[in-house]
Order: sequence, then structure tokens, then C-alpha cells
Amino acid sequence: MTADQDVGKSRLLDMISIRGATGPLIGLLLLCVFLSIATDSFLSFRNFLNILDQITVLGIMAVGMTFVILIGGIDLSVGSVLALSMMVLGYLNVEAGMPMAIAISGALLASAIAGAVSGLLITAFRIPAFIATLAMMSIARGVANMITNGSQIIGFPAWFNMGAIIRYGGFLTMTVAVMLIVFTVATLYLRYREGGRSLYAIGGNPEVARLAGINVQRTTVLVYVASAVLSGLAGVLLAARLDAVQPSSGVAYELDAIAAVVIGGTSLSGGTGGVVGTIVGVLIIGVLRNGLNLIGVSPFLQAVIIGSVIVLAVAVETIKRRS
Amino acid sequence: MTSDGRSPILTLRNIHKSYGPIEVLHGIDMDIHAGEVVALLGENGAGKSTLSNIISGTVLPSAGTMTWQGASYAPANPREAMDAGVGMIHQELLLLPHLTIAENIFVGRYPMKHGRVDRGEMESRAHRGLERLGLDISPRQYVEGLSTASQQLIEIAKALTLNAKLLILDEPTAALGGEETKLLFKQIERLKSEGVGIVYISHRLEEIKQIADRIVVMRDGHKVQEFDTADLPVRTIVEAMVGRSMEQMFPTLAVPDEETVLEVSNFSSPSGRFADVNFSVRKGEIFGIAGLIGAGRTELVRAIAGADPIRSGSVKLNGRDITPNSPRDAIGNGIVLVPEDRKLQGVILDHSIAENIAYSNFESVGRSGWIRSHRVREFADKSIRKFGVKGRGRQKASEMSGGNQQKVVIAKWLARNPRVVLLDEPTRGIDVGARSSIYEIIHALAADGVAVIVVSSDLEEVLGVSNRILVMAAGRQTGILDRDEANDVSVMELATA
Repeated sequence: MTADQDVGKSRLLDMISIRGATGPLIGLLLLCVFLSIATDSFLSFRNFLNILDQITVLGIMAVGMTFVILIGGIDLSVGSVLALSMMVLGYLNVEAGMPMAIAISGALLASAIAGAVSGLLITAFRIPAFIATLAMMSIARGVANMITNGSQIIGFPAWFNMGAIIRYGGFLTMTVAVMLIVFTVATLYLRYREGGRSLYAIGGNPEVARLAGINVQRTTVLVYVASAVLSGLAGVLLAARLDAVQPSSGVAYELDAIAAVVIGGTSLSGGTGGVVGTIVGVLIIGVLRNGLNLIGVSPFLQAVIIGSVIVLAVAVETIKRRS
Repeated sequence: MTSDGRSPILTLRNIHKSYGPIEVLHGIDMDIHAGEVVALLGENGAGKSTLSNIISGTVLPSAGTMTWQGASYAPANPREAMDAGVGMIHQELLLLPHLTIAENIFVGRYPMKHGRVDRGEMESRAHRGLERLGLDISPRQYVEGLSTASQQLIEIAKALTLNAKLLILDEPTAALGGEETKLLFKQIERLKSEGVGIVYISHRLEEIKQIADRIVVMRDGHKVQEFDTADLPVRTIVEAMVGRSMEQMFPTLAVPDEETVLEVSNFSSPSGRFADVNFSVRKGEIFGIAGLIGAGRTELVRAIAGADPIRSGSVKLNGRDITPNSPRDAIGNGIVLVPEDRKLQGVILDHSIAENIAYSNFESVGRSGWIRSHRVREFADKSIRKFGVKGRGRQKASEMSGGNQQKVVIAKWLARNPRVVLLDEPTRGIDVGARSSIYEIIHALAADGVAVIVVSSDLEEVLGVSNRILVMAAGRQTGILDRDEANDVSVMELATA
């Protein structure tokens, strides 16, 4: 292959390539083929739209988690931050009667603060990410509960819920549209922006990155802020879908998000992977849940199956890398 | 061959090793006697490691025979070799920091009594092993926090508790300072007198002259030469290793400009690792920094590059104060560092060469923050070609030799047209052949008008490459020598002052 061909080919392929995520993608396709044969209802446009609706919250959180894991970190607080964001939204909009735009801004701001605190604990105080975000998981959940003393808030304006229900142009709800925008922006950012490439350097080796002139501390804080804001955004979308908010939302969502990232081929030690893989990972989890429900598999068995898929995905990657 | 007429404890006859169709060892013959130190020399890739791995049972030979203490010897794994009395001490220490010395020595073969680990027995046996090496430390101490030299000796003690009759030491002094090396050599002498045979692998030829009784030189999988004494000029040994004359090792030095580029004044570190350092470097000058390990040289250049904070002092570039607060700061002003530890600070081993180069050149491979992957690749290919790096942009850094990795670390900076390049131990762990091409790069930089600072523990290197030499001892600056007054004696005098 000559260098010229290389360049021409890569320009086109770069945009759609799924570098490192071919294994998960094949798995996803096999899964879809199997479910199409095993059930009458899986293979339909309507069901496909259902799956997209079902994965919005997980999808957006998993994008933030991808950033965090890429720099070699972990964020256990995303589920609690989601709940915090929802409660701030409900409080500002319903209890305090503020316009939705302000309520959403407030919810995202509260999330950003939570992320900034985690980030600062990790960089300035050198607390391991696992511990710092474990603490934030507890703190954010506590604050979310304090807002209403544990009770739920209902009474959002009617149009808010409609955003998650009405399919514009016959297929696109507002919530799914937001998810697709997040996917696109994050993919482009990680692949083509200086800041995105820096995340790979930091995850590969933070000292090398620092000596190369990358501001590792600031970038790390911003990554945790991004993860928290995306969780907050996921919270807003969940509020729209449920038309209510409650402080117990999002329990154990961090584990789903981590699972999606890992299934998508991003290494937990940082430095390799990407959002495209994570999208495939999210789809695998979404399709699996949807399909297993259609077949009538009990939720308990579903959990076992999803656990096995995580192991399978990581084992395949490990074996591939070794050979 | 030693002339005392005794039969060797280990003989190797016609040892071959092939990986697939590629033969890496071509019929090696070697004898090792009890109580002698045989230095095994050669460039990286000469076959030293393969050969020592065959002796220690890690790798099986494709053909050939070995005899150990008169009997046929063909270890299938390191365990069998160890049981026979052959121990290998690897370059990377394999100790567990959170266990005690005794536990480390006996891990995997704890002495048992009544189904429990017999700590008393374990500790007293460990103590005996340490005593034999003249080490006065408690076997109950944790390994974490011990000096590298002590850890090295503990590895040796571990081999000795297995009654090793032959020890293979792979670059045992790579991480040791002068004092620590002396201590290790004393213990090696002691083991020799007890009749232990030692195969000693090192790149430091001065050491070899001190410690070895014989020298075996390998090149490209052949044994090319055997010297019955180690009392040889370094040049003779190197020429045997490289297979060519050493005349061109260090290119001739050019005269630098008068113009001062870098000025470091009253420079002190917060921890006192260096204090009150003053010097200036001219345009096109190669400025060496010599000293013993721990003299504060690495800390000094790291601080100049903004990688570590300082307590006081300033860095001026062309007369302007630019004392950096971060590496980013320094890089912005054209001061770049090629760090000491390539694998931990220089390259990301798991990423491709192209990516590694791009990380410090984002503005060259993109426009307003958008990275273009074809630009990254072109840029990397250009840098690779310019420096004669063997490899392709898409290759992972971990797949390359140390010399080529180092070239990548240097290459990633040079596109920025730096004004000051700081190189910390630029040729450590790099074989002789690749060294000369690194020296060529250093000289090309100076010829382009860059102020180059080279920190090196290799006296010959620092003397051969520098216009002037700053010598440090225990964090103080003890002198600056001009090229014509600098020689190994004058530098060592200042380094130990």
C-alpha cells in the first residue's frame, strides 16, 4: 500500500471506522440476527425506536464514563449525580416555579459542581478516583434526598413529557435527538480535537503527557465535570420520560455505564478505546434487555446473561490482544 | 580459558536457537569455571539474553549440549535450573515490596512445620543468606524502602539460599550508584572466593574491567571473541562488540557561537536536591553535566524544563526571564526535555509512534485544535525518516528497540524548533551502534544553533560529546570545565569533591 492510497483511504474510513470495536460490533449483529429469528416482534422499525428510547439515559452516561475511563479514572458517582440533577430540576421548575430553561441550567450546574469537586479531590488532594467518586456517590445521593426529604416531585409542564413521546418526523423524539447529538459531538471530539487526543495521552501515561506539555490536572478536572454534566443531562431526559423525579433514581446506573464502556472495548487501565465502541456496548446492553424481555426471560436471568456478556467481551479483547 | 587446569562447572557446546525460520544463536561454545566472573558482552540483540535464558532454563535450545558439573544438563524450566544450582538475577527486580525480606527470599517454598509457615526457620535461614553477602539488615524488614542495591543483593541472597553454584547477573548495576556498585562488587568477590561461578552482563565497560576475569563478546548471535583477561583498553572491547573501529563514535565538535541562549542563576530546589546552581549555555553549544548518581543532575534539568518546582532562582532565555512553572510553560518558550526514564516518562509504550509524536505537536498536525489523522501520519513519517528510526508510524512504541524509542522521544520535540534541548542520560540502556546515531543527532542540533544540555553518568560519553562540562556533587555545583581541561581525572575529582 503506498502512502498516498493510505491517506485517501483513511480520510474516508476514519469517519466511520470502528477501530478496536469490531469484536463487539460483530457480537451486536449476531445478537440482532438471533433475536430476529427467535421472536416475531424484534425485527421491526417500531421496536428499533423503542430500543433507542430505552438506551438514552444509559447512552449519555456511558459517553461521560468513556472519557473518565480513557484517562485511566473511574466515576462511581454518575447514578447519584443523575438523581441530584433530577431533584434540582424538579425543585426549581415545580416547587420554585421557575421556567424550564433555568431549571435545566440549574440541574446541569449542580451536576457540574459535583463533578468539579470529584475532579479536585482527585487532582489537588490526590485521592484515588475510586474513593473520591465513591464519596461523591454518597454525598450527591444525600443532597438529592435532602431537597424534598426523600419524596418525589410531580407536576412538570405537559410539553416536557411530550418531548420524550412525540416522534418528530415519525421517528425522532427530543430525548433520542439529544442522545444522537451527544454521540456525534463526543465521537468527533475524541477523534479530531486536540483535547480529545490529550485524553488518550493522559490515560496512556500521565507523566509522559505532562512532560509533553499537556495540562493533566486541569484536563482531569474537566473530564470529571464532563462526566457529571452528561449524567445530569441524562437525568433531565429521564425526568422527561418519567414525567416525575425522585431521589432514588439511578441507583447502580454507574455499573451499567461502566459495563457498556468495557463491553465496547475501552480498557479500564486507560489510553485505548473510544465512544464508538461505547455506543456499540450500549446497544448490546439495550438490545439484549429488549430482546430478552420479548422472549420472556425473567429479569433475574437477564442479569446473569448480561454479566456473562461482560466477561465474554473482555475475554475476547484480551485474547485478541495477546495473539 | 583459565589456566588452573580445573574442569569447568558449566560447558556449552554448539548451542543453537531458532525462532521459526530465524536462527538467533549460531553454535555457541562457552566454558565457565568455579570461582570466576565471565563478562558476557554485546550490543542489544547480540544474543546475550537468549544465551543466559538457555542456561537458566527459561528458553530451550534448538540444538547443542550443556554439561553441568560433569553431568548432562538440559533444564526444562527455571525451576529445574534453580534446583540444579543455576540462578539468574534479572535486570528488573522481581521483589514484592509489601513482604519482608525473609518472605521474599522464600516465597513459593516457605519452610513448613505442622502445616504452618515456620517463620523462625525462614528468618534464620534468610539471615544466614544475608550474612554471607555481608548485609547487616534484619530479614524481618519490609522490602519497600530498601535501596536498589540492597534489593539487588536480596535477589542474590535468594539465589544463594538455593545453593546456587552459578549466578547470571543481568545488568546488575543499571540502577546503582557508585557506592552501591562498590558494595555489590565486594560481594561478588566474596562469592567468587567461595567458588561460585558468575556470568556478568553489563553495558558498563569500566565495570567489566574491574570485576571480570574473562570476557566473551557476542555479535549477531555469534561468539566473536574471547579475551582471557579483562585488562584491556575499552576501545578494544567496544570494537569487538560493534565490529568496526570506534574512530567515528563521537563526531568532531564545532565551535559554538558567542551569543548566550540560556542562563540559569541561583537555582535551588525546594527539597535541597540541588542548590545555588549558576551556568549559561551558548548558541550551538553542547553543555555536559557530569556527577555521580544522586548528585542532583536529573532534578536540575527537570526543574529547568518546568517539570519540578523550584525554591529560588531564575531561568533566562536570550536575556529574558522565563522561569517556567510547568512543562507547558517551558515548551512554549522552546525549552524541551528528553527525560531519563524513557519507558516511564518519554513514550507511551502502548500507543503508536505517530500518536506519541503527535502528543507534543498538536498545533503542527491540526488546525485550530482539529487533529487530522493523515497529517499525524505524514508528520510522523517525516520525523521518522529524518532521524533514521527503524519502524513505521503505526507501530507501537513497545515494539521498537530502546535506541529507536529514544529517537522517537527526541524526534517528537524537534519539529517545534526548540532553542534549548535537555537530554537526561540519552543513551542509557541503548546499544553501542545506536549510540553513535544519537550523538549525531545531538551534534546536528548544536550545528542548527540549539543550546544542548546532556546529563550523563557515562564519563566517556560526557567527555566525548561536550564543549564544556558542569560537574555536580551532592547537589552542589563543584566546577565547570572547558573541553581542553576536562578528562576523567579532573571530572571525577570534582564529582567526589
